[in-house]
Amino acid sequence: MDPLRRSLSPCSSRPTSCEMLGYVGIEAVLDQLKIKAMKMGFEFNIMVVGQSGLGKSTMVNTLFKSKIWKSTPSGLALGPTPQTLQLHSMTHVIEEKGVKLKLTVTDTPGFGDQINNDKCWDPILGYINGQYEQYLQEEILITRQRHIPDTRVHCCVYFVPPTGHSLRPLDIEFLQRLCRTVNVVPVIARADSLTLEERENFRRTIQHNLRTHSIDVYPQQCFDEDVNDKILNCKIRDRIPFAVVGADREHMVNGRCVLGRKTKWGIIEVENMEHCEFPLLRDLLIRSHLQDLKDITHNVYYENYRVCRLNESHMLPQGPGWVNLDPTPASPPAIPGPSKGCRWAQDNPSEEY
Amino acid sequence: MSSEEARHLLFQSPMATKSCMSSQVSDDEQRKRENIRSLTMSGHVGFESLPDQLVNRSIQQGFCFNILCVGETGIGKSTLIDTLFNTNFEDHESSHFCPHVRLKAQTYELQESNVRLKLTIVNTVGFGDQINKEESYQPIVDYIDAQFEAYLQEELKIKRSLFNYHDSRVHACLYFISPTGHSLKTLDLLAMKSLDSKVNIIPVIAKADAISKTELQKFKIKLMSELVSNGVQIYQFPTDDETVAKINASMNGHLPFAVVGSMDEVKVGNKLVKARQYPWGVVQVENENHCDFVKLREMLICTNMEDLREQTHTRHYELYRRCKLEEMGFTDVGPENKPLSLQETYEAKRHEIYGERQRKEDEMKQMFVHRVKEKEAILKEAERELQAKFEHLKRVHQEERMKLEEKRRLLEEEIISFSKKKATSEIYQNQTFMGSNLKKDKDRKNPNFM
Repeated sequence: MDPLRRSLSPCSSRPTSCEMLGYVGIEAVLDQLKIKAMKMGFEFNIMVVGQSGLGKSTMVNTLFKSKIWKSTPSGLALGPTPQTLQLHSMTHVIEEKGVKLKLTVTDTPGFGDQINNDKCWDPILGYINGQYEQYLQEEILITRQRHIPDTRVHCCVYFVPPTGHSLRPLDIEFLQRLCRTVNVVPVIARADSLTLEERENFRRTIQHNLRTHSIDVYPQQCFDEDVNDKILNCKIRDRIPFAVVGADREHMVNGRCVLGRKTKWGIIEVENMEHCEFPLLRDLLIRSHLQDLKDITHNVYYENYRVCRLNESHMLPQGPGWVNLDPTPASPPAIPGPSKGCRWAQDNPSEEY
Repeated sequence: MSSEEARHLLFQSPMATKSCMSSQVSDDEQRKRENIRSLTMSGHVGFESLPDQLVNRSIQQGFCFNILCVGETGIGKSTLIDTLFNTNFEDHESSHFCPHVRLKAQTYELQESNVRLKLTIVNTVGFGDQINKEESYQPIVDYIDAQFEAYLQEELKIKRSLFNYHDSRVHACLYFISPTGHSLKTLDLLAMKSLDSKVNIIPVIAKADAISKTELQKFKIKLMSELVSNGVQIYQFPTDDETVAKINASMNGHLPFAVVGSMDEVKVGNKLVKARQYPWGVVQVENENHCDFVKLREMLICTNMEDLREQTHTRHYELYRRCKLEEMGFTDVGPENKPLSLQETYEAKRHEIYGERQRKEDEMKQMFVHRVKEKEAILKEAERELQAKFEHLKRVHQEERMKLEEKRRLLEEEIISFSKKKATSEIYQNQTFMGSNLKKDKDRKNPNFM
């Protein structure tokens, strides 16, 4: 008899609920978690996509309040625009109040700048899938590292030019392809060229466009679990895409030092909710949903990629004596339970790598 | 600013502007050569809420902790677990007459403030009760391996759901040593030796109220030296993080903990405490002078639960995984020292196994066909024999019939000739009779004349 079967399997009965008669100290595990997390540090990888001149580098600098990129001075854009889309990644370690964050920002200069922009999303998709592949290779090694370095793109911020009309075909094509592989957060760039009503109209049009083409941007509706999540995310979804302005210079306004853009007709304060929605973007990305972004990337998009990749092997050339093995039948989808970590992989793998 | 507050402020009045900080954008030109640069920020970004976000997610997911209790029957395992978690888990006393060691696992859901814990207690039933104890610890090792195996299977699946998976791997093993006061029993030593590479072992001295203080010290020293000299690796509380290093280091010196378990309450002074009442005094469970129970609870639950889980996952489970995969023939480096992917080895193995299976199938098919043919031949043979017999009998029957026909014909001929003879003889008789009658008549007539 198989020795593994001799011993009983755990949870032979349904877990019973028990009342504790006094304090035990289980909640101290939360502190233990915090200590462990602070020691290990966090990782976050963000990618910014958009045409040149939309203020991507400035936005990244504003988000993390440091000179991550040298913003391209306008005068020096005399050199030839890159012929193909290139991807630049830079990694930084920033620390705040004992929390270390390893931040990787990937920029995509040359996106949408050519005459013929066909398939300009391929290098980007290739890069994202390349990161998934790297993680997968590390994960299936025999001798694994204790902590696999996470270079997968957690969030892709897409800059929509402020035309005021609607999404362009390039935007729609790109968003359609990307929203199945990575979390996409669209923003209206350089929003200081739009008045408040124009912003609202633009926003509604974009939302309508996204719905029409069934582009599911972050926060996705299907991952909402409990009521609180739903309420919060609905509010966010109502304001997506955020109209943002980036600035990394400081000016004096009413005796305060604020980040802003100085123009002849006034100073646009970046962190003023009445001027632009930058604080919303920052809070979404960093203060409230960072862990969520990472979770969705790990539990949904990475798993999707893994399933496709492992199933691919079934399409290898079949030699003599080959028996077609059906992939293991899918277990029933996870009932959205009390855990935010419970996400079920969507069943629509991306077709192109 | 915690993430909760951040969420609320997100959609309320405009954010308060930050006070001006002397902007010192650090010049990183000279460090550009390094791939990873350290930056200082010129303002408050807000990712200090990251640990809180992580903790929130963990709270929603819930926690999972599995304890394995190994010890002889009646040594106080269930009582200690009850006392540790301050609950009365339903359990009956086990009998001493089990033929084999069995493991019984039960899962409980506990909740303290907002932390939900799924606790699984695995008890060894019948440990040390048999007369021949050779097989005692093998079921325990098998159980632990089975849990690792289940997790490995889940991890290797194509469509997997690891975040949903109820982790049943054993995180801590409480090994109960009986309070003889002398030394470790052989069974204990062997069991711990076979378990130390698979699970975090925390030895405890059970029923410590049976030993006096001085004996206890000597006993502890003896136990630790025996463990060390036999190379048993028990779990050491981690001392690399400053916040807990000091307390962990001091606790390491108190191992193994001498514990007393009790859920009965006794009035001491003016309070009701958990204790065991004896005629000569009261042993209080939560009194540090009486036993090390508080230390055990502190170490096991309050300080190191997360570390126990991490050790199980990163050390013991990885070791098991590596051994298992290597056993199955996977390596990271191929024959020419080129990195082999798991994929290729797996595919090659699968080809091999299916080729083997196909071959066996063909073999069996051939054998089957051969046997069928044999049987057919035998049956045909039998049929033919039967047929021959039938023919033979038929012929015999025919012959008999013909003989009988012959006889009947002869008989009939005889009858005919007989009847002919009879007829002729009758005619002849009639004629003679007629003649004689005439004569008789004449004779009759004549007498009348006279």
